Amino acid sequence: MALLSNAAVLLGKELRTEFRSRELLTTTVVFILIVIVLFSFTFDPTSDESRRFAPGLLWLAFLFASSLMLQPCFLREQHNDTLSALRLSVSDPFAIFLAKLAANTLFLLLTELLLLPVFAVMYNVPVLHVLHWLVLVFFLASLGISISGTALAAISAQARMRELLLPLLLLPLLTPILVASTEITKSLLDRAPFVQWKGIGFLAVFDLVFLTALWLFGEYLLEE
Amino acid sequence: MSQPAISPTGIRFQNIEKRYGGLCALRKVTLEIAPGESVVVAGRNGSGKSTLLRIAARLVRPSFGEVSFTASAAEGTAALPRTGFVAHATMVYDELTAEENLVLFARLQSISNPAARVEGLLREVGLYERRASLVRTFSRGMRQRVAIARALLSDPSVLFLDEPATGLDPQGVAWLAETLRKLRDAGCTMLMSLHGESELSSLATRAIRLEAGSVLSDTRTGADFRSILTFADA
Repeated sequence: MALLSNAAVLLGKELRTEFRSRELLTTTVVFILIVIVLFSFTFDPTSDESRRFAPGLLWLAFLFASSLMLQPCFLREQHNDTLSALRLSVSDPFAIFLAKLAANTLFLLLTELLLLPVFAVMYNVPVLHVLHWLVLVFFLASLGISISGTALAAISAQARMRELLLPLLLLPLLTPILVASTEITKSLLDRAPFVQWKGIGFLAVFDLVFLTALWLFGEYLLEE
Repeated sequence: MSQPAISPTGIRFQNIEKRYGGLCALRKVTLEIAPGESVVVAGRNGSGKSTLLRIAARLVRPSFGEVSFTASAAEGTAALPRTGFVAHATMVYDELTAEENLVLFARLQSISNPAARVEGLLREVGLYERRASLVRTFSRGMRQRVAIARALLSDPSVLFLDEPATGLDPQGVAWLAETLRKLRDAGCTMLMSLHGESELSSLATRAIRLEAGSVLSDTRTGADFRSILTFADA
């Protein structure tokens, strides 16, 4: 119970500081918007072509944007050594991870949902009829990105080449998520949409495995 | 500030060694700090003072050896006590107000009635009128006052102070010395690294000098005691 209550208190702090500064949301929304708009000029956004290329492009934009979003989550705690204060205050260090990955998932999901209508319009892809499935895929993939990304952000924050290290570690690790999410999204945006259960199962298992690993070894990632 | 009952807690360092790569920050440090003692750790920059304090607070894991808390001077270990840590970094969020910072840490530490506790501490550190201001708008000394309030939230029985007077003006140092004196008299064990605060070093009941990660001298009385405190004040 203490774990969940600490995580809830910390999540409140993460949301409050972000909605006060809007630093992460603004950066990622602008980045994804630029990618979506720029690529819409590179090929004819007829429905067929969009259905072939757009899902991969969308997830690539989400992936790069997530690395921008994840970078500061532990770097910010180093500014005044607030991470030490958190470690001294919480009963279980996993609460720190739980709050940060929940906040990152929420921010990423919010960004994705904000930009989905823009994507649908620019690429001429109807999404309303499969919206609930897309939300599920976005959620599972965002959770996976946030779990592994938060863990790697904790590691890279203590390294010398921290700005370079996170994308270097993160992007290869997230390739399976990128492939699965792209495939599921492609099948959902098809003329005859269908749900790739195998892909959704894969995302759920990925999330579960990495969450368990973080729960078991997260404490060591926070040590100086 | 009236002090609630503090359960006296000692600290035992057994053969502590800390290595950062090839650098040895602490070498086989063995110390027994009795409950209620007020210990000043002095030494040059890089002598291992901050590392010793961070290991004691369990923020850093020693490469070798063990730190434990004792319920009395006798053998036997105590459960993890309530601790407070003040460092030269403020350990508070610039993007939150003074009140939000303290309520956050009070809730994390499961302190009952956090609002009342925070209000009392804000009055104590002289920041009640500025409680709704973001910490980033504060001067360095005001931030340090928030940091001190954060460390005192749980009525700690062990207090680690790493250059706690950083940024405080002379009145602030006098206030801090008075606050720490009350805590010491209530039985709080204190381990502090000081740098030029004579009012704080007067609280010491024991002085330890570290050099290159080793304990050079450890004394409670006499000329050596005074010379270590003078070193801390240098």
